[in-house]
Amino acid sequence: MIQALAFYLFAAIVVASAVMVILSRNPVHSVLWLILAFFNAAGLMVIVGAEFIAMLLVIVYVGAVAVLFLFVVMMLDIDFAAMRAGLVKNFPLGIAMALILLAELGLALGVYGAGGLELGDAAANDAAQNLGESNIEAIGRLLYGRYILLFEIAGIILLVAMIGAIVLTHRAPKPGARGRQDIGKQISRRPDEATVMKRPTIGEGVEL
Amino acid sequence: MLDLANSFDLIIPELILTGAGLLLLLVAAWGGDQLSRPIAILAATALFGAGIALVPDLHFGTDGPQTLAFNGLLRVDSFALFAKAMIYLAAIGALIIAPAFFASPAAGEERGMRAEYPILIIFASVGMSIMVSASDFMALYLGLELNSLAAYVLAAILRKDDRSAEAGLKYFVLGALASGILLYGMSLLYGFTGGTDFATVRAGLEGDLAYGPLFGLIFVMAGLAFKIAAVPFHMWTPDVYEGAPTPVTAFFATAPKVAAVALTARVVFDVFGGQVLAWQQIVMFAALASIVFGALGAIGQENLKRLLAYSSINNVGFILLGLAVADQAGASAMLIYLFIYVAMSLGSFTALLMLRGDDGDLFETFGDIKGLAVTQPALAWCLLLFMFSLAGIPPLLGFYSKFVVFQATVEAGLVVFAAIAIAASVIGAFYYIKFVKVMFFDEPAELVTGKSGMAHWVLLALTALIISPLGYLLTPSLTDLADKAARSLFFTI
Repeated sequence: MIQALAFYLFAAIVVASAVMVILSRNPVHSVLWLILAFFNAAGLMVIVGAEFIAMLLVIVYVGAVAVLFLFVVMMLDIDFAAMRAGLVKNFPLGIAMALILLAELGLALGVYGAGGLELGDAAANDAAQNLGESNIEAIGRLLYGRYILLFEIAGIILLVAMIGAIVLTHRAPKPGARGRQDIGKQISRRPDEATVMKRPTIGEGVEL
Repeated sequence: MLDLANSFDLIIPELILTGAGLLLLLVAAWGGDQLSRPIAILAATALFGAGIALVPDLHFGTDGPQTLAFNGLLRVDSFALFAKAMIYLAAIGALIIAPAFFASPAAGEERGMRAEYPILIIFASVGMSIMVSASDFMALYLGLELNSLAAYVLAAILRKDDRSAEAGLKYFVLGALASGILLYGMSLLYGFTGGTDFATVRAGLEGDLAYGPLFGLIFVMAGLAFKIAAVPFHMWTPDVYEGAPTPVTAFFATAPKVAAVALTARVVFDVFGGQVLAWQQIVMFAALASIVFGALGAIGQENLKRLLAYSSINNVGFILLGLAVADQAGASAMLIYLFIYVAMSLGSFTALLMLRGDDGDLFETFGDIKGLAVTQPALAWCLLLFMFSLAGIPPLLGFYSKFVVFQATVEAGLVVFAAIAIAASVIGAFYYIKFVKVMFFDEPAELVTGKSGMAHWVLLALTALIISPLGYLLTPSLTDLADKAARSLFFTI
């Protein structure tokens, strides 16, 4: 009973928040709705007993989305003054989302304790039960045993991607270029050499 | 259970290369670009070492179950070893010709070879090694991506040069599209047969081919045709070849081409071996279309790199013609053609890199090489050899390669297709001969006056020697190796 309830709740929120991802005007809001959608998809995975995929969804997608969020903020020309002015207006929405997530977290943990949802013949379809080990153990056994070669190649591919990104974007700083931080110089700065006292005459500017 | 020791024994070349790549990466990270030349030398040594590790098995030939590594993810048989040997040789060539190019004014604002260039070549070679020995769609895809990812970066390595950046972007977008098509085909095959390893998929495709797996087959073939730049998926080739730095173009025209062709051969015989009629018409169409369009497209080109790009499309057509014969003789002819093609391409691009002006700048259009025979006779004669060989004019080795492919085609009873290919190669001869005419009979432009380094001359002389009539001394052992490789390709485990 509680599983069915949780399923409909999670499913409804996934669909609703996915719709909101498309409909919201503010890209930052879209990303927030996306996070909510991912969280609920993870909840659905927990219900069918795929706890590993649920964890991956949260760690990879939500974690990656945090980075995506960063990119959105950096790449788009967002008027931060207007955003800050809207903080009070958006505050209730943010709090509401956080509360929904918190409630769902409790619900998901409760459901996980109550066992998986009956989908067809549970006993025959539950790979974890048939193998006598959890999903994570089974995946790990394949990933680090039979498919170890592929796993290592994937690692090298990521390394090459990293080298490529650095090769194409990194510029060696020119000696004495602006924008280089010299911490020692910063610390040894004294107030009297960094500031000047001026007595401006009325109606005229200050000459620096 | 997994026999790791035996598996690692089979992938020693890849282990050598990966280890060397990681080590050199550390050297590059600390030493910076001023160490790029020693890094390139060490990388070439590592590639050479990996090639040496291939020699015993390559010489004696190897096939059967003992070639399977990692539970059948890889199949390191004679065919894979033959392809690997060519890949490593081509990669060494790409390393030898690079430093002089990156030091010349042609490299634009950022002079000097980047320390990452040899490292990316090494990792691309690892990817290609895995491609040619893959016996599972997952290994195939990962090898392909490892190679492609390194290749995208190599194409754009002159990042301040607009053409190089454009080439990199174009290659990346179209390569990603091709990978997507390939993956879609693989997912269909996986869905309809229930496995990703070639043996399972092959068993699942026995009997009449349903529409689902047929779509899978077509998507896989289309994705692979993109990677080998066969018509009708060739559009990216001229732009990428022209825009990429010339040593990188030389690399693209040789090593990845070998890897992709070998991969295609492996897939059509290993996976679709029971469905020859389904893929044969696709490969035959791609082969003939590549020969015709490669020949026609090259005619109006002014840029020599673009011309060689069309020439490579044309040559891929002949290679696919050998594949389309779908028997052991055809596969053997294809491998012989591939080897000679690699020698010819490497030689032609090396010669292009020797077209230097007084200030060391490089030339790459027809206008610049007018009357080259007067200013640089040795270079002009070498180019003449390569062009005549590419055109397939006897007694050069390029004639032999075309001859074995036509022979295999005719013996299989595909006389009409052989006739079309021969007719198109006559059209193709036009622009190769135009090349020679411009060099020998036009008023000298007196532009190409600069000197080239020793390494270029050695590589040029070596490749010219291979494709010269003296190269026929090589053919018995080459035929022997190619036959062994073709036999192992048809060995069903």
